[in-house]
Amino acid sequence: MTDVTNGEGRRGPSFAPWLIKTVATLVTVAVTLLGLLFVTFMIGRVMPIDPVLAVIGERATQAQYDATYLELGLDKPLLVQFGIYVSDVLQGDLGKSIRTGQQVTTDIARVFPATLELATLGTLIGVAIGVPLGVLAAVKRGSWIDQVARLVGLVGYSMPIFWLGLVGLLLFYGILGWVAGPGRVGIFYQGIVEPITGMLLVDAALRGEWVVFRDAFSHIILPAALLGYYSLAYISRMTRSFMLEQLNAEYVITARVKGLSEWQVIWGHAFRNIRIQLITVIALAYANLLEGSVLTEIIFAWPGIGSYITTSLLANDMNSVLGGTIVIGSIFVGINILSDLLYRFFDPRAK
Amino acid sequence: MITANLRDWLLSDAPTSRRQARFASWYKGWLTLRSNTLAMVGLIVLALIILAAIFAPVLATHDPYAQDLGQRLLGAGQGGHLLGTDSLGRDIYSRLLYGARISIYIVLLVAMVAPLVGLIVGTVSGYAGGWADVVLMRITDIFLAFPRLILALAFVAALGAGIENAVLAISLTAWPPYARIARAETLTIRNSDYIHAIRLQGAGPFRIVTRHIWPLCISSLVIRVTLDMAGIILTAAALGFLGLGAQPPSPEWGAMISEGRKYILDYWWVATFPGLAIFAISLAFNLLGDGLRDMLDPKEDNA
Amino acid sequence: MSETLLDVENLRVSFTTRTGTFEAVRGISFTLGRERLGIVGESGSGKSMTGRAILRLIRPPGRVEADRITMHGEDVLAATETRMRQLRGGRVSMIMQDPKFSLNPVMTVGQQLVESLRAHEKLARSECRKRAIAMLDEVAIRDPERVMGLYPHEVSGGMGQRIMIAMMLLPGPEILIADEPTSALDVSVQLQVLDIMDQLVKTRGMGLIFISHDLNLVAKFCDRIAVMYAGRIVECCKASELHKAQHPYTLGLLNAVPDLEHPRPRLEVLQRDPAWRDALSVSART
Repeated sequence: MTDVTNGEGRRGPSFAPWLIKTVATLVTVAVTLLGLLFVTFMIGRVMPIDPVLAVIGERATQAQYDATYLELGLDKPLLVQFGIYVSDVLQGDLGKSIRTGQQVTTDIARVFPATLELATLGTLIGVAIGVPLGVLAAVKRGSWIDQVARLVGLVGYSMPIFWLGLVGLLLFYGILGWVAGPGRVGIFYQGIVEPITGMLLVDAALRGEWVVFRDAFSHIILPAALLGYYSLAYISRMTRSFMLEQLNAEYVITARVKGLSEWQVIWGHAFRNIRIQLITVIALAYANLLEGSVLTEIIFAWPGIGSYITTSLLANDMNSVLGGTIVIGSIFVGINILSDLLYRFFDPRAK
Repeated sequence: MITANLRDWLLSDAPTSRRQARFASWYKGWLTLRSNTLAMVGLIVLALIILAAIFAPVLATHDPYAQDLGQRLLGAGQGGHLLGTDSLGRDIYSRLLYGARISIYIVLLVAMVAPLVGLIVGTVSGYAGGWADVVLMRITDIFLAFPRLILALAFVAALGAGIENAVLAISLTAWPPYARIARAETLTIRNSDYIHAIRLQGAGPFRIVTRHIWPLCISSLVIRVTLDMAGIILTAAALGFLGLGAQPPSPEWGAMISEGRKYILDYWWVATFPGLAIFAISLAFNLLGDGLRDMLDPKEDNA
Repeated sequence: MSETLLDVENLRVSFTTRTGTFEAVRGISFTLGRERLGIVGESGSGKSMTGRAILRLIRPPGRVEADRITMHGEDVLAATETRMRQLRGGRVSMIMQDPKFSLNPVMTVGQQLVESLRAHEKLARSECRKRAIAMLDEVAIRDPERVMGLYPHEVSGGMGQRIMIAMMLLPGPEILIADEPTSALDVSVQLQVLDIMDQLVKTRGMGLIFISHDLNLVAKFCDRIAVMYAGRIVECCKASELHKAQHPYTLGLLNAVPDLEHPRPRLEVLQRDPAWRDALSVSART
């Protein structure tokens, strides 16, 4: 920047719109989260289970019932109840789980790292294979690799994940014995590693417990590969379509005219242009895996938030179900915002 | 002779009536679709599944609910059971046929409810503009912010398990994308000259939206619905698998997998065949949806 | 015309589609010395395809055939892909219509300039930068150091096209193909950009192929003109002798332009004769 005044002049007026945009984004987020809470609140109200009985049990006296009724604030108008609900949630109080007898927040803090571990590994697999596959499919459009990518995508979009999980378990655990079965770690290794992050692979590595690490890896690889397959189906499809668009752009011809190699043209020019879009796609794939893990966790007896929600659901433990829904919904919103911010940060045109 | 005449009539460059032009454009679309092998495969598979569902009573070899504990967990072909029996000795093949009815029933219901809700919300939002637009789109975004399966789970939990509630829950989670599409279409149509012309002739907003905007939103909605069908089936099956959709003893495919899950290591076919059925119908919808998109929206062409 | 830089004989470009084969260029021949050759024609006449075919940038399903394409006697059609990359940019370069699309939107001007040079010369980054800045100065860009750090969307169209010219001339090619280089620019900057390009081409003794739909512009900037119609060259003449043009298509084009000095009550509408399409190509070889 030699021309300082000019540089300043550029930044000055562009600061205010940026601020306005940020505030607008924050307001949007707040409204969305409030709406999310309203939906869960309403679900909690319409359900046929009596919230009082759920707390005190069937055999309580009428006096106990009335006391709890007042304690839960059920006599107040619905809007006031919602206000109390929101302020509770904001203070991190999602209520008590009837099934475990603990605060839902405590429960979720305990089970969430397992889901995070699984979804992260799944996304890594999906990105590592999906991005190159999508790029290759676009570059060699119509070739066999394009057909393979298309097939992978179609199967991924059509196969019930819980069924593929079962078949995978049957094949790789039951018949071939390549991987460990359901669960997070073998029974002999349970409780050996003192949790740090709650993610077993990371903790085992940090503590240097490599035997546990290997066992845990053998447990996680199949469900993670399963989730990875689904995210790779999505990521490769999107990558392909983004790349096709870029490869037809004129600057690609410019790059070829310059005498660059095909590798430089594809990765240095075309791919550089889709990186920003890819961030959004990967963020979305990641969020989807957090959700998609519900079914996977059940198949693989994985003690994550998906298992937690469904088990609570079957036990009519509404606080846990809604708490889990709020947590996952908020993460969804958070990831969307984050990808939006990254987009603005990385795209020179958005500044 | 007649067919040749009909073909000429349909492919004429200069249609003489509106009806001819409409039939002609359908016919040309059909020709494009027919040249897409994969889409045709999807269509045929779908037709077969629908026929199987309709004629289930004729095609079934056994009563899908009849239990026979003496004949439990038989392999494929044993004891006159084409695809074997489940843990209660029920014929898997017959159950699959009746299960097709449930899947198609769910898909059709959702495919009618969700796009309709989305269409109404989207067009009203797009046509009215202003605060109505802001509020409606905010609500749409809130629903989009929810992970779909989890929201459906929460709804079913509140409403109680069962097919109708599953349909309701899936519809509640499925409508926002349609609203977005319908709104986008409305915004492009709203200011076109012919809408102004109709307004000058005295047409009210209701008439404009229902008679002039809706018909133009249909084609993009149809593509999207076809592409979403597979997702609807998978979600319905997932709810069934979790025990929140169709209740036993109903032969819903997801529920059948759930039952077979316990025996997966020893009696693999119990869970495998319903899974293949789900896969087949979703794949068929996906192939057809891709074909329809290529036909109606040539932007994203495939080599 | 001492030396022939480029020699093209019977060039054909065709595309195979589902409905049949489309021939975009149908057997044209021309040579280029250290001169300015204008190729004029309407949209779809095959002029852009000609430019791309010389660089072998037509990708499948497109096909390029020719009896001969040589640069300095070197056979382009038989060159390996590695050799081809040295020729592209190093020997022949091309400028396209709109800098908004032909510059990579997510790379700075400096990155793109440096990359262009480094593709052909193994130089230190600082040296590349120095040469790039000098080149920007040559295309009359003020404060080149600052411009190096800008992204394409931050510069105007005219400036973008001058950057494009700088980028393409940086490795020192002998031939420049300018494919409608000013069509996307404001009229006010068109001439300025053309003057800069013309000057550089002249001082460096390069050969220029100027592709345009604007007959008058070409007549003004070129030494020779080839008029293309439906994939063929229908007429070839010296720019100074354009008024002696014979072909009805060329005459039609000339008559379709309003003229301040000889105003006409009604401009002529071009009448196309199907026979032109079938007539053989005129050679533009010298």
